[in-house]
Amino acid sequence: MAIATQDRKTRPAGRTSVGLKVVMATTGVLFLLFLLAHSYGNLKAFAGQAAYDGYAEHLRTLGEPILPRSGFLWIMGVVLIVSVVLHVWAAVVLWQRAHRARSTPYVAFKPVQATLSSRTMRWGGLTILLFVIFHLLQFTTGTIQVGGSFDSPYQRLVAAFQVWYVVLVYALAMLALGMHLRHGIWSAVQTLGWSTRSREVPIKRTALVVALVIVVGFLAPPVAILFGLVK
Amino acid sequence: MKITLKIWRQKNAENPGRLVTYERDGVSADMSFLEMLDVLNEDLTAKGEEPVAFDHDCREGICGSCGVVIDGVAHGPQRTTTCQLHMRSFADGDTITVEPWRADPFPVIKDLVVNRGAFDRIIAAGGFVSVNTGAAPEAHATPVPKVDADRAFEAAACIGCGACVAACPNASAMLFTAAKITHLGALPQGQPERAARVVSMLDQQDAEGFGGCTNIGECAAVCPAGVPLETISQLNFDLRRSMTPSRRH
Repeated sequence: MAIATQDRKTRPAGRTSVGLKVVMATTGVLFLLFLLAHSYGNLKAFAGQAAYDGYAEHLRTLGEPILPRSGFLWIMGVVLIVSVVLHVWAAVVLWQRAHRARSTPYVAFKPVQATLSSRTMRWGGLTILLFVIFHLLQFTTGTIQVGGSFDSPYQRLVAAFQVWYVVLVYALAMLALGMHLRHGIWSAVQTLGWSTRSREVPIKRTALVVALVIVVGFLAPPVAILFGLVK
Repeated sequence: MKITLKIWRQKNAENPGRLVTYERDGVSADMSFLEMLDVLNEDLTAKGEEPVAFDHDCREGICGSCGVVIDGVAHGPQRTTTCQLHMRSFADGDTITVEPWRADPFPVIKDLVVNRGAFDRIIAAGGFVSVNTGAAPEAHATPVPKVDADRAFEAAACIGCGACVAACPNASAMLFTAAKITHLGALPQGQPERAARVVSMLDQQDAEGFGGCTNIGECAAVCPAGVPLETISQLNFDLRRSMTPSRRH
């Protein structure tokens, strides 16, 4: 049988717009796993300084003696940075294509059912990226110090979140993250081709629940510290 | 009914367009939207003005020719084609904004008429099955389960009107392409070319300059033929599978 479609010169599947989206979905899944682990670790703050600092130390000795000290964190950091670069690169390429696809905007344009989360993925993503840079400068490199300098991660945490505007910045960032996750989780499942008609509503509900769990998990320690519940 | 129309007038693709206001009195609620435009055009012609150009053919909601964005929604407030929309969907005194589909791969030909040739080229890139000519095959030679036939038929209901592109914030043609991928992919006849088809059609869709899908779902919400959003998941699944060398046909 002659197969006309195979005679065409096409780019490889990975170079199509869906190929770029598969890159975004796959890296997004890695971010989600990281966020779940990170959020869990933060909750150790409720168990006191010894538990929190012990957990932080354990992350550095994880995998020893096969890995050097902090080896696990370095590997994870490299994987995440590569993922961020790929995620942002694919987003920018797709953003440009979408922008060029409608150079004359509508005078009147009314979405029928789109959620705010789904329509703010790009600016929301940019907000999260800027927040992550700030967050790393504050807690990883220590370039930005709020409330003084401490050797103990627990003391650094408590000192920072006793300042109300730091909590406010984090709360706003978590709102952006929650919205990004709410649409992003659903979008990733659909992009990987795992959605069907009957699964669509459960996937969207699960995405909302997971987003809420992560946001609440991240905000619980700062809010508890601000109100003096954790000292 | 008394209504105010703000209609996009554009001489051709080269000249910029603008909204022109027309006050209409005595509009019947039983008129279809296109009949209302017909009456406007009669008056414009009688006055020696250029009538408003718009696409239409069957006026039965099955051909996919008509389609304009009404008050910011493709095909207007009812989920149907523009020809099946009636003036009773509007209230006396309403101001209605009428614009063409806006997407660079759909250049404006005149006023509300756009060139949807990009869709034809996407279909030509792989939206078919290659069969040997000869006598019609015996109908029972290739059994198709009922669920597969229903799924294929639902996707095949696409009339190619372009509302999905018009409604998409990214001006993506994914629902259109995905409908054909799902239609042919659900049937035995579509299997030999399945892996090549999805890459080829998607490549053409990108080459035409459509945006990428961000799974917002506006396309399926305005589709007058009821093509479901899950077709896009099917396309994504087929594309991912076509990346696996052992599964390529």
